[in-house]
Amino acid sequence: MKRIFAGFASVLALTAAAPILAKDLAVAPGPGAQERLQEALILAQPGDVVMLGEGRFDLTDGLSLDVAGVTVKGAGPDKSVLSFKGQLAAGEGLLVTSDNVVLRDFAVEDSRGDAIKSKGADNIVYHNIRVEWTGGPKETNGAYGIYPVESENVLIDSVLVIGASDAGIYVGQSRNIIVRDSIARFNVAGIEIENSFNADVHDNVATKNTGGILVFDLPNLPQQGGHNVRVFDNVVVENDTPNFAPKGNIVASVPAGTGVMVMANRDIEIFDNVFDGNGSSNIMIIGYRQKFDDAKYQPMVRNVRISDNAHGKTGFAPQFAGGEMLAAAFGGSVPPIIWDGVGGVEARVYSSDDVPVLNLGMTKSDQPIETAQPALAKLAGDAAPTLPKIVMPDAMEAAIR
Amino acid sequence: MKRWQGLAGVLAAALLVSALPAPAVINDSAITEAALPRKLSEFGFFAGPGATDPAPALVAYSLRTPLFSDYAEKQRFVYVPQGARVAADAEGRLTFPVGSALIKTFGYGSGAAFRPIETRVLLRRASGWEALPYVWNADLSDADLKVAGTRLPVTVTRPDGKRSEISYAVPNKNQCKECHSSAGAVVPIGPIAANLDIAPARVAAFRKRIDWAAAPIAASGPIWNDASTGTLDQRARAYLMVNCAHCHNPTGSASNSGLFLNYGAAADRTATGLYKRPVAAGRGSGGREFAIAPGQPDQSIMIHRMGSTEPGVAMPEVGRSMVHEEGVALIREWISSLRSE
Repeated sequence: MKRIFAGFASVLALTAAAPILAKDLAVAPGPGAQERLQEALILAQPGDVVMLGEGRFDLTDGLSLDVAGVTVKGAGPDKSVLSFKGQLAAGEGLLVTSDNVVLRDFAVEDSRGDAIKSKGADNIVYHNIRVEWTGGPKETNGAYGIYPVESENVLIDSVLVIGASDAGIYVGQSRNIIVRDSIARFNVAGIEIENSFNADVHDNVATKNTGGILVFDLPNLPQQGGHNVRVFDNVVVENDTPNFAPKGNIVASVPAGTGVMVMANRDIEIFDNVFDGNGSSNIMIIGYRQKFDDAKYQPMVRNVRISDNAHGKTGFAPQFAGGEMLAAAFGGSVPPIIWDGVGGVEARVYSSDDVPVLNLGMTKSDQPIETAQPALAKLAGDAAPTLPKIVMPDAMEAAIR
Repeated sequence: MKRWQGLAGVLAAALLVSALPAPAVINDSAITEAALPRKLSEFGFFAGPGATDPAPALVAYSLRTPLFSDYAEKQRFVYVPQGARVAADAEGRLTFPVGSALIKTFGYGSGAAFRPIETRVLLRRASGWEALPYVWNADLSDADLKVAGTRLPVTVTRPDGKRSEISYAVPNKNQCKECHSSAGAVVPIGPIAANLDIAPARVAAFRKRIDWAAAPIAASGPIWNDASTGTLDQRARAYLMVNCAHCHNPTGSASNSGLFLNYGAAADRTATGLYKRPVAAGRGSGGREFAIAPGQPDQSIMIHRMGSTEPGVAMPEVGRSMVHEEGVALIREWISSLRSE
């Protein structure tokens, strides 16, 4: 008797755990796709799955999702394609403003602004998504491919982004972030973590961008003071696309041929990555170089630990001011690791990689490069990584298993 | 005075057809209950064809400085349930009681020639504000809920007499919220006492229903295109407040940009755009370095984005497919007047 009841109880438990009225809302491409898909995204209830059919959805306006707990699922990143080639308005292709959303198995092409933006959307999962500007790298492409901002718990897994005129994968003003197993190519910045806290960027491939992986912090923003970012196990090779960012944007200042660039952050770890074919440098550690008016902003980099990276050919075609001169002075190529030197030993910038380091010998982050005093340096100190691993809530990992 | 011509036309039209329908009676439960009414007529706001013959309980108002929407004419009404009171905070922002509604009809043509396209309603429910768009049918007998929005071809005659064919965008329910959003909740934008002109015949009675937190504020805010109502700086800031600050404020949809054009942020110079560098503008920067380069409108991202109709560049991002030439001229003149450093 007891056993039967036990079995029955567990059936009840299962029933209770599943969303009782969760349903699939199937949307097929074809005439009226804009209104049909947008209506599904509006009428979906928490727990529902909006299923994108196979084929190309020709969209005329931005789409948006503002219902918590909804999954948008396609038939695959080459099968369900949201095309914004004919987009007439809106700043992005798809905008998500609700929590606990899963986006997976579809593509966004040719959005006029950003491709997928999620703002104030906690616990968001991007999985197996392709974002592409199909005309190749162009200044007229949208700025960001995958663009979560002002969010807590961001999981970006197995995405591919091609052609963003700013950053392919951009996480801004967020906390607790994982970007993994993804590919960024032919963007200005492959992957960028900006004004964010606690991020793991690992097992990605960043290639053919202007700069591979950027960790930046900018002044005059609601969240600043970027810190605790680990960049590890990535392949960052041949980032040699000329910078095609519209002027005025911070990434327009990234030299072509940059592997990893850290700007105005603290507690950053770069380890176990493979670098090769980055013509300017593999790792560049610099302060914020523009004039700013913000008493709360810290422009210099502090506490960097660099270890166990593999450095291939680099520094052979430096695309920054004074680069050629530096290359000539240091035997034909710029050393693979460059630090602006601001803060001196107090900055605690350490590297145990077995390659030369160039210290630009600056005393202020915005010092003109002509007045720098570059010299080879040892960044001696304990460079072993110590930051804890970033962990997502279980439900987020479960959503992509 | 000019702003009341549209209303006079509505009244005239109402008189012409007054023999037909009985006055509309507002269905309070349609406003307060959770359902999304499929037809605008379910609310009982209007008795006549189109948005004519408003229910007697609706109070017409206009905004001294309005949001630009492709040169559309807008007819606005506020409804507050009988006996309920409106609260005004120290800045004159109005808080409406549950059961209230703001009803805004967009169309083209003035006076009797006004032809409505859509009516947007903001409903004050116990759960908060609900924003819904209704699109008028061909014979103007009713308007249908379009939660996903739609596009309609429209011919617009601009103030300079030029005609333009546009694809008029009725916003979807989410886009309503993008603009009407504060800290994730829907809020009205327009009803701030200083910017609110209640129809002259109703103004005294309406103001008596307001509980003021501080001294009552008269409808004395700047009219953006009337130099007798404020300095260039006041009129430009009023224009930016109404046209931009609904997103560009610390709790709005553009909070992450750090560009804040609400009056409350005016003390932080960089936040208001002066020498502020772009963050996520992409090609919206137009190759310029600052949101506002004082003295240099052609070097200011703000002018570039206000003057564009391209998605990804154009600001505001929704609700505009034309350039507001007169608005751009005002902001251009204002930026020119700012002293550069």
